[in-house]
Amino acid sequence: MSDFNIDDKVDITDVVCPTTFVKAKVALEELDDGQILSIRLNDGEPVQNVPRSIKEEGHQILKLLDNEDGTYELIVKKVGD
Amino acid sequence: MAVNYAVLKKGGFMRQKQKNNFSLRLRVVGGNLTAVQLAKIAEVADKFGEGYVHLTSRQSVEIPFIKVDDIDDVKNALAEGDVEPGVCGPRVRTITACQGEAICPSGCIDTYALAKELDDRYFARELPHKFKFGITGCQNNCLKAEENDVGIKGGIKVSWKEDDCIGCGVCAKACRQGAITITDKKISVDSDKCNFCGRCYKACPTDAWNTVHGYIVSFGGLFGNQINKGETIIPFIEDKETLLRICDAAIEFFDKNAKPSERFKFTIDRVGRENFEKVILEAYNE
Repeated sequence: MSDFNIDDKVDITDVVCPTTFVKAKVALEELDDGQILSIRLNDGEPVQNVPRSIKEEGHQILKLLDNEDGTYELIVKKVGD
Repeated sequence: MAVNYAVLKKGGFMRQKQKNNFSLRLRVVGGNLTAVQLAKIAEVADKFGEGYVHLTSRQSVEIPFIKVDDIDDVKNALAEGDVEPGVCGPRVRTITACQGEAICPSGCIDTYALAKELDDRYFARELPHKFKFGITGCQNNCLKAEENDVGIKGGIKVSWKEDDCIGCGVCAKACRQGAITITDKKISVDSDKCNFCGRCYKACPTDAWNTVHGYIVSFGGLFGNQINKGETIIPFIEDKETLLRICDAAIEFFDKNAKPSERFKFTIDRVGRENFEKVILEAYNE
């Protein structure tokens, strides 16, 4: 994770679809254009769908890191205010 | 005056249990109706029917309780709102479609445009038995392609664009088929596992995929008295011209070989699947 200067973190492993995306979206709304959010998400449906939903919102995905405990960190750059 | 039920049925008038009452089936393409059409349908249902409509299982609309003496007036009234009667009986039926890529984020093809094109090409064509086309935009299969005589499903064939890839790994997780493996930042797609769902491409942050939007076509589906899942012959059809050639070939095969009241699946079974496959492959390779 040292490649990225993380501005904020959100953990969405405690919720299920569609709240996963909503929680991530709310966290992104708190940030300014260009800031970077790290999203902790579960394997399975969240990792299959949340990156695509974030892309469709117009944000930029930088990396998906495997925490090797059944969770991932999705590193997203906020695009737009 | 004797009522010619066959002619009325062909024109979408379905005989009801109640004597001299007909449920009028309307022509709908791909499940879309305009506001103008809906207003006219409401008006006709109120004036000539019993003030309600029935939504059929295949995206059509029927206006029940139309009286036999009103049939011409009903047709004229509907025409003012760009509404035509549909069909029943041994011919090409309503072309059904989901909303497809014009509306739905999952869609891989423009299902409505294709439904219009198939409707122009085939609707109400006389055949030995009913013949149903259904078009679904993607592997989610909301429109249940394989229950139709010819089912068309949108798909996306992908190939990796290495130069645009940031190696994020999202595609491998988005793939539900386990078709993508990443080794030393190189992506490979197992073509035996890929089902053309397009999720890798849709999830990719940098659109690092070359894509072909195409069609997966199944034949011989049934979902009535007998149930059969339509089967695919060609894994992926890359362009619409080829798709139309294949649809032409399938419908010609049915027209030429089917016995009256024999559904497509049973024609294929009786004439021999290998013979049908030969016809489809010839159209594909033409």
